Amino acid sequence: MSSAIPGAVRRNTIIPGFGLTFGFTLTWLCLIVLIPLSAVFIRAAGLGWSAFVEVGLSPRALAAYRLSFGAALLAAAVNAIFGFLVAWILVRGNFPGKRVVSAIVDLPLALPTAVAGIALTALYAPNGWIGSLLEPLGLKVSYTPTGVTVALVFIGLPFVVRSVEPVLADLSVDVEEAAASLGATPFQTFHRVILPAVTPALLTGFALAFARGVGEYGSVIFIAGNMPYVSEIAPLLIVTQLEQYNYAGATAIAVVMLLASFALLLLINLIQVWSRRRMTD
Amino acid sequence: MRRQSRWSFGLLVIGFAYLGLFLLVPLVAVFGEALSAGVAAYVDSIRDPDVWSAIRLTLLVAAIAVPLNLVFGVAAAWAITKFEFPGKSILVTLIDLPFSVSPVVSGLAFVLLFGAQGWFGEWLQAHDIEIIFAVLGIVLATVFITFPFIARELIPLMAEQGRADEEAALSLGANGWQTFWHVTLPNIRWGLLYGVLLCNARAMGEFGAVSVVSGHIRGKTNTMPLHVEILYNEYNFVGAYAVASLLALLALVTLVLKSVLEWRYGLDGRTSH
Repeated sequence: MSSAIPGAVRRNTIIPGFGLTFGFTLTWLCLIVLIPLSAVFIRAAGLGWSAFVEVGLSPRALAAYRLSFGAALLAAAVNAIFGFLVAWILVRGNFPGKRVVSAIVDLPLALPTAVAGIALTALYAPNGWIGSLLEPLGLKVSYTPTGVTVALVFIGLPFVVRSVEPVLADLSVDVEEAAASLGATPFQTFHRVILPAVTPALLTGFALAFARGVGEYGSVIFIAGNMPYVSEIAPLLIVTQLEQYNYAGATAIAVVMLLASFALLLLINLIQVWSRRRMTD
Repeated sequence: MRRQSRWSFGLLVIGFAYLGLFLLVPLVAVFGEALSAGVAAYVDSIRDPDVWSAIRLTLLVAAIAVPLNLVFGVAAAWAITKFEFPGKSILVTLIDLPFSVSPVVSGLAFVLLFGAQGWFGEWLQAHDIEIIFAVLGIVLATVFITFPFIARELIPLMAEQGRADEEAALSLGANGWQTFWHVTLPNIRWGLLYGVLLCNARAMGEFGAVSVVSGHIRGKTNTMPLHVEILYNEYNFVGAYAVASLLALLALVTLVLKSVLEWRYGLDGRTSH
């Protein structure tokens, strides 16, 4: 396969180094990414169906998938709404210190997940700054599925903001003002003019936040309380199996997670193809 | 127009409240908890020898992983942006793959390869090479997690710059290396620095993947994020938040440098993850 590829390289450039850089890229990609990930699939294939079902689709695992996917979906939806709002503020808002606010949006990408995890736990624990305010209202966040969602909201915010922001910036203010001067209410302007233009970017951001949330580990495990069937996420269940030296069980759950990752990656690519096609129409 | 501006003001307040509640308050909480028992207790926690060995290991791992991905990122961007070949978009997608895999799953993949029960487990044991529960495994897992960072930053940048500068240098008689050092590198240096910055932040902060392969041996295979977890689980909260505050400072420095690069050199954060 790969020996046929250099022959197809466009020859009308005099730039050297294709063999070296392409060969190195492919080798390094195989060694670091492709071989380790295929090890998971090959190990899973060796398990046999019944062994796979026993752990990979056990009631405890199913509860963990439900929590991981459900909380990630909910958190991505919250971020789609508020991330859109934050992107709009960063593009159209006129206030001092905008650069600082913009930098803060990237905090979840720069802050190590374990730090985020214990910070959120400190806040939302029953005696924490926010938890103690919610306690009298009968709202419990830490050690519940709500806590998992809160952690994933934190982690997912920049994905939506950074996807939507450039599209909003390209959307001219004139278009909005034209709609308003033709008598559209702010809601109509939003619904008929802004929303259709940013939908692909919003979907991309939503899918990226969702994909990140499904696999997230560090920021969740501290606030989740990790009770089996209640607040135990799927990545934690893999770690639990590993700690019991149950490699087969860990592999079975991992392969389900990997298939979900690949499906999401495909979905994100399809959204991008669709949005490019829409732009050129 | 008045109605419009009242709308805008309301949305601005909601947006700020959201950012404050979900981003700013947790950041403040780290420092608040770290200093809750006073400055002396904070300083004592950080002077602990286990903390220092965790700091040393974190720096060591980043010092190995970041240059490896730097070389990879430059090579991949060169191959992808300077040449046309079939399957290019597949290659770009595969480079991005580590972003969509759960860190725990990537850690497990290395355990399945190099662990005691892994494919190479027996061979490694026979040759007395330790990867899992050792520094080498932590480095491997970190390289996997930060794999796409620099390549992703360079590919759009170098695609935009095109091939003309390099072709001019080559036709004037420069060789490939000279062209790279004197033409390409100056063109991409700020983008490269931007990628290194983000790659380093993730390398130093990675938790899930490293946690699976490390074995949590104090003073030996414990990075800073892992040490935060150990201290937290021992109910040494001041210690846990003190180490966490160092990592939070790292994040803040990263954000400041990132903003400076974006502002000074017109780089944007769109491609960063």
